[in-house]
Amino acid sequence: MGRFGVGQAVARKEDPRLVTGRGRYVDDHAPPGLAHLVLVRSPHAHAVIRRIDTGAARRAPGVLAVWTIEDLDRAGLGPLPCKALYDNPDGTPMARPERPVLARGRVRFVGDPVVAVIAETRAAARDAAELVEIDYEPRPHVVETARATAPDAPRVWPEEAPDNRALVWELGDAEAVEAALARAVHTVSLTLVNNRLVPCSMETRGCLAEYDPASDRLTLLVGSQGVHNMRRILAEDVLRIPPEKLRVVTRDVGGGFGMKIWVFPEYPIALHAARTLRRPVKWVAERGEAFLADTHGRDHVTTVTLGFDADLRIVALKAEATANLGAYLSQFGPFIPTEAGGYMYTGVYDIPAALYRVTCVFTHTAPVDAYRGAGRPEAAYAVERALDHAARVLGIDPVELRRRNFVRPGQMPYTTALGYTYDSGDFPRILERALERADVAGFPERRRRARRDGRLLGLGVACYIERCAGGPDESARVEVRPDGRVRLFVGTQNNGQGHETAYAQILSEMLGVDFETVEVIQGDTDLVESGRGTGGSRSIPVGGAATRLAAEAVVEKAKRLAAEMLEAAEADIVFADGRFRIVGTDRGVSLFEVAARAGGEGLDGRGTFQPPAPTFPNGCHVVEVAIDIATGWPTIERYTVVDDFGRVLNPLLLAGQVHGGIAQGVGQALMEETVYDPESGQLLTGSFMDYRLPRASDLPMIDFSYLEIPSTTNLLGMKGAGEAGAIGAPPAVVNALVDALAEFGVRHLDMPVTPSRLWELLRELGVTG
Amino acid sequence: MYAFEYHRPASVAEAVRLLREKPEAKLLAGGHTLIPTLKQRLAQPSDLVDLGGIAELRGIREEGGALVIGAATPHGEVETSDLVRRTIPALAHLAGEIGDPQVRNRGTIGGSIANNDPAADWPAAVLGLGATVRTDRREIAADDFFTGMFETALEADEIVTAVVFPRPRRAAYAKFPNPASRYAMVGVFVAETDGGVRVAVTGAAPCVFRLTALERALAANFAPEAVDGVTVDASELNSDIHASADYRAHLVKVMAKRAIASALG
Repeated sequence: MGRFGVGQAVARKEDPRLVTGRGRYVDDHAPPGLAHLVLVRSPHAHAVIRRIDTGAARRAPGVLAVWTIEDLDRAGLGPLPCKALYDNPDGTPMARPERPVLARGRVRFVGDPVVAVIAETRAAARDAAELVEIDYEPRPHVVETARATAPDAPRVWPEEAPDNRALVWELGDAEAVEAALARAVHTVSLTLVNNRLVPCSMETRGCLAEYDPASDRLTLLVGSQGVHNMRRILAEDVLRIPPEKLRVVTRDVGGGFGMKIWVFPEYPIALHAARTLRRPVKWVAERGEAFLADTHGRDHVTTVTLGFDADLRIVALKAEATANLGAYLSQFGPFIPTEAGGYMYTGVYDIPAALYRVTCVFTHTAPVDAYRGAGRPEAAYAVERALDHAARVLGIDPVELRRRNFVRPGQMPYTTALGYTYDSGDFPRILERALERADVAGFPERRRRARRDGRLLGLGVACYIERCAGGPDESARVEVRPDGRVRLFVGTQNNGQGHETAYAQILSEMLGVDFETVEVIQGDTDLVESGRGTGGSRSIPVGGAATRLAAEAVVEKAKRLAAEMLEAAEADIVFADGRFRIVGTDRGVSLFEVAARAGGEGLDGRGTFQPPAPTFPNGCHVVEVAIDIATGWPTIERYTVVDDFGRVLNPLLLAGQVHGGIAQGVGQALMEETVYDPESGQLLTGSFMDYRLPRASDLPMIDFSYLEIPSTTNLLGMKGAGEAGAIGAPPAVVNALVDALAEFGVRHLDMPVTPSRLWELLRELGVTG
Repeated sequence: MYAFEYHRPASVAEAVRLLREKPEAKLLAGGHTLIPTLKQRLAQPSDLVDLGGIAELRGIREEGGALVIGAATPHGEVETSDLVRRTIPALAHLAGEIGDPQVRNRGTIGGSIANNDPAADWPAAVLGLGATVRTDRREIAADDFFTGMFETALEADEIVTAVVFPRPRRAAYAKFPNPASRYAMVGVFVAETDGGVRVAVTGAAPCVFRLTALERALAANFAPEAVDGVTVDASELNSDIHASADYRAHLVKVMAKRAIASALG
């Protein structure tokens, strides 16, 4: 059809397949002889297991196996590891309680898996699961983040963490911050809650395990965000087998949002079942199970203190957070509130002294780990809310206070007080452009009109910055085959973002080949040699850079052959539009002719990109929210976002990422509430009947535009865009709601700001139509 | 889901016979409450009697000035029916606010009222219009039909065949959806009928109920302002994580005003 290059709004090549039902998700696979795994989960937030009787379950029709942790201990299955362990500021190691694949002696959250049942059918497995008798002795529990370290709070890990503190982690210069705050002309503090979220991927987690006795190899088909990490941890840490004895495969994935990176207990249990029973074994989470047993996101309580000089320039920032890790350390749980988000607490502002200190706590709740943004939304929310709040307290326009404190473009590269170096960006220009596109000048009139209709209109602004595309390298291999096809092997993992399209676009441009000839091969440890997976908005900036390097290597290799074929010096060969030509002539050969000449599989090239530094996408969200005074119902009236993602690969895919992220951010701000009942420890919002996910009709059309300010550290000049919407939206929405209610003295609202909360507040304030 | 026997009778008489023969049987209409309940293993009927194959249960027609909606008519058919839009447009509006298109294409009016979910929309219309519920053996006035939370006057082997709606002078429905489920957190149906003004409230309490104080006020003055003088007793209303009883009581008045304004056009 055509050659599409970087910068073009190419429609997603995967969509015809996906929208016509030809996607292949985990539950679409049903090999012959399939058996089914079902987990018996704890109904208690905290209980001692006195006795488990599996006799009746074992005797039930169609049952193949019923296992407790004792069985899996005997089989040699190790615990699920945490791969992000830190020391406390005093050098002592953090609490490291073990997470067995099934509960051992005690359950610690509602949904904690206790017994595994494998049977001929899913229904038989469920029937048998109901026959498992577990004698629990319920113990007191604590589910609230802010109460976890109270002296009377029940302990999750009495030995490992006697005060429920898992870790204290600190970044910045405490002394300098205290000195600056002591000298500050004004100090303003705000305590805020960053609400716990359930990822709610459209496709729930699931896996299918198979065993081949002839080769003694296991295969796990799993909805993941990268097969290689999954294989390494499963093989080395849990199953304790050589990695080459395990193949991990991921096909289509219906959303991950960070949650599908991790190894969960069901995967090694399914693998162990497959090799023990010599049968394929499948487990797929029901929606209710997903609510209980997926990792959750966020769940911080944070106090931010800002110090200002007489000109209202920030002299110091102090952010002190309590972060809920849940009942167990998830694979990267402690990374999220520390390294992932900690460095971002100075935002887009020129702040000379800063301190971030987080206390990570255990509670009797589902483990907490990465969720779209992973630490950066928490940081952006804290700083953008605190700044807005300070503006109101100090009597200055929040926009003006931001203007006064921005890092200026002339300061780039700029090293923050928390130690990151922003390579590029123009925060003032982004803000002004967003204000203009949002028609902020017309806001007062719109507010007057809304008031006549019984609605309070508020305008909120948030300027976010985040960190992407740093960390480990990514590799890619490109094959140019004699039959006219190009194949890319890359270790990132599409979860619905459109990687097939994005990578094909890069190769179409680099190799001058038709977009349709490019096949992207991902999600198979047998086919793709290595990979770090998808997370932290890294696939296109890092995987894309590796792809470009691999394409260059192919062209380099092909050039030598082309020179031979054309009987010319290599120095006289130029490559353009998919053809090698002798410079100054029209004599040439196509890339595929060269591949044919190479014989066999054709040509290939490899590329590895190690990011020298992270990138820093940033932008400005401007939101207008109306509150219906009669009912408290908030609606988003206008949404404007201007982003700087560096160089843009595909504006269409990009808009999709931004829209989806904003929807999730609006969900966090207005709708999504994860309620563990303090009395019972039960998850009260365990289904979509009670957990409100945003819908299309909850959002207005989003005015999205961008400035391309290339990253100076990324090979492609790209900054990453997968999480940004979810980072900028919550503070912008809450700032708008506070603005709507500021005339009544409202200074802060905790998320989610539901209709019920708004109405109760309006009633308290005596505000009526 | 536990195992059950599935039946698909072709007539109401056959369905009634099955119910009599199988005391643990359940009727399956649109299935929007029953199927999720079965999937979560919260119910274990011995038999399911699917009403989907009974042609006589389906359809919308006029009968002596009243509108008759067959029990197995899906919400979507009511929503888009020219006859309904012409005669009682409030019903088309109410049907169009139930769930989403998938729900409206499967869910039925008969299933909704027989289940009598406290947050369902249809009970508000049936009670608000003073409709008559027709079954395989009798006619039941709306005022006698809804007896409590998930409770109705239906006998164990009785099947709703149609609902007969008298044509009101004017009527309207205003709904405040539960933010998560989009069921009615408060739904108010207001009608001025030949027999007087009727106001029915769903979603707010354990069972749909008539707001007689407001009916009296509206009889004197059918205008939104009439709501101002009426007190809604919160002590009888539901309270949960989505709304306190006070909030629901307040919303009853707001939705009543909106329904009245809408009825006045």
